[in-house]
Amino acid sequence: MTTDSKFHHVDPKADVQPIIEMRNIEKHFGRVIALAGVSFDVRPGECHCLLGDNGAGKSTFIKTMSGVHQPTSGEIFFEGKPLHFDDPRDAITAGIATVHQHLAMIPLMSVSRNFFMGNEPTHKVAGISFLDKKKADEVTMEEMRKMGINLRGPDQAVGTLSGGERQTVAIARAVYFGAKILILDEPTSALGVRQTSNVLATIDRVRKQGIGVVFISHNVRHALAVGDRFTVLNRGKTLGTATRGEITPEELQDLMAGGQELAQLEGSLGGTV
Amino acid sequence: MANAAQPTAKSDERVKEISAFRNALIRPELGGIVGTVAVFTFFLLFAFDSGMFSSQGFMNWSVVSAQFMIIAVGACLLMIAGEFDLSVGSMIGFAGMMIAIFSVTYGWPVWIAIMATFVLCTAIGAFNGWIVVRTGLPSFIVTLAFLFILRGFTIFLPQVIERKTIIGGIIDVSEGDWLAPVFGGKILGGLFTWLGEAGIISTFERGTKAGQPVVDGIPMLIVWAIVLIIFGHVLLTKTKFGNWIFAAGGDAEAARNSGVPVNRVKILMFMFTAFCATVFAVCQVMEFGSAGADRGLLKEFEAIIAVVIGGALLTGGYGSVLGAALGALIFGVVQQGLFFAGVESSLFRVFLGVILLGAVILNTYIRRIITGER
Repeated sequence: MTTDSKFHHVDPKADVQPIIEMRNIEKHFGRVIALAGVSFDVRPGECHCLLGDNGAGKSTFIKTMSGVHQPTSGEIFFEGKPLHFDDPRDAITAGIATVHQHLAMIPLMSVSRNFFMGNEPTHKVAGISFLDKKKADEVTMEEMRKMGINLRGPDQAVGTLSGGERQTVAIARAVYFGAKILILDEPTSALGVRQTSNVLATIDRVRKQGIGVVFISHNVRHALAVGDRFTVLNRGKTLGTATRGEITPEELQDLMAGGQELAQLEGSLGGTV
Repeated sequence: MANAAQPTAKSDERVKEISAFRNALIRPELGGIVGTVAVFTFFLLFAFDSGMFSSQGFMNWSVVSAQFMIIAVGACLLMIAGEFDLSVGSMIGFAGMMIAIFSVTYGWPVWIAIMATFVLCTAIGAFNGWIVVRTGLPSFIVTLAFLFILRGFTIFLPQVIERKTIIGGIIDVSEGDWLAPVFGGKILGGLFTWLGEAGIISTFERGTKAGQPVVDGIPMLIVWAIVLIIFGHVLLTKTKFGNWIFAAGGDAEAARNSGVPVNRVKILMFMFTAFCATVFAVCQVMEFGSAGADRGLLKEFEAIIAVVIGGALLTGGYGSVLGAALGALIFGVVQQGLFFAGVESSLFRVFLGVILLGAVILNTYIRRIITGER
């Protein structure tokens, strides 16, 4: 079933050390147990898909990974060493970048100003630090071309880009600033067919540079198109991790839905979900 | 450069080429430039021989415009950072009154009074900003509260201390002070004397000042306006911090996700707005020699109007200090120009309302062009 994919997949080697490894992560919010022991790891150059229905705990889990939440219990190893993130800045410094679906770009600002937002290059003139706009513009144009986006100019406002292109700019930005792990939170859920394939192609390009990609989705077909491994969350627990080729879309779909009812629905829907 | 290196880059056939006209349209200063040209054309045609463009008339509307510019620079940067300050007018009255109380009533040296007022007022600005970022309330409401609080104190304090609402005598106490001329003095006096002697500008023909030029220097108020405009423009467009101002106003959440210290930026902009209001107040107090409880009334709206005419969006994230300065210039020229042209001054308000509406509609249209919305 994987033969239809146009992407080149690496063989996930079990002996490669994961960039990040999270073991038995639990997260409780008061009396609510959002995560009840989730284990997950990302290796360099792979796309690890995190699947699950709404409320399965995907968001809580990636927020734990990116330092927004601190786990109630469980261990995090980053490049083999135990690590604790106090806040998102720690995670960003370590090289974990999160690309949010909507909250990534500022439409009124130019692509180049967006690209360097928070990391502006500066140069000193007469002892005063000024924005190095020339460098910012050149780098932006160069990185955008690498990602296959042709800008009219670095001053073009992000508002004129399509949703898929905005995601791509955000991804290019994270990669440029040295991300080792890229967390993509439902990057394709609001996009059309063509834009989705652009974003998936971007993920493929990023993966080839040795960056570990965490791809969160509830769309099995998007996940299967680029994923190397698939972890399904259901009600705060991992239902297991499958390697590409070991699992069929139907099985993944069943796992996400918790199995039972969808199997019956499937018949009447004719496999369209 | 990079673009030329890839001639084969195909352009998207569905993105229309943008004409130079539309490209110019998305410059935030455009409205200000068009307005300035229109206003000057109008008055050159209808009020040329009214004395408006003599050296004295020139100085008259320049000073008024400079006043607007000083508060517009602060309001502009704050608006781009996504917030308003409605307490600017009250802050002007309050700052002026504090200088008078410190220097005249308490007898402090004027330079200490001025510095203490700057510290006090920027601290109030910081407090304003702190409340806004901590509570997440709209700055409209928070600063509206300060509009009343500060105005109330400005009327209350002099009544309690001096039993009057205007405190004078500042010119006497500031005699020989080193800091007072930085706000109330004039520069280039020698140049203007020379210009007068050379017959380039007119001189007094009779009286005690006979032979002296009618304009004896450039008031420090204008110098402050120019310095603040240059500072604001460079800060906004040429520095890292300027990028943060745009980001904080464009989308605070996205800016935070990218590591921009949004709260700090906003609080600093509230402080800068208060600083500009205090500069205005000190210049005014030094010029008039007195502080009045009603000074600065409605200035907050005039500042906002100048900024909006200058192309800034009320919703933040977009605008230009140069545009705001042009907005202030239009404001000053029209206000004084109508007087020179002999037009009933109440019509100025009509004009203001009309130009404000026009500017907002134009800005909304421009934003649609930038963001590609329909």
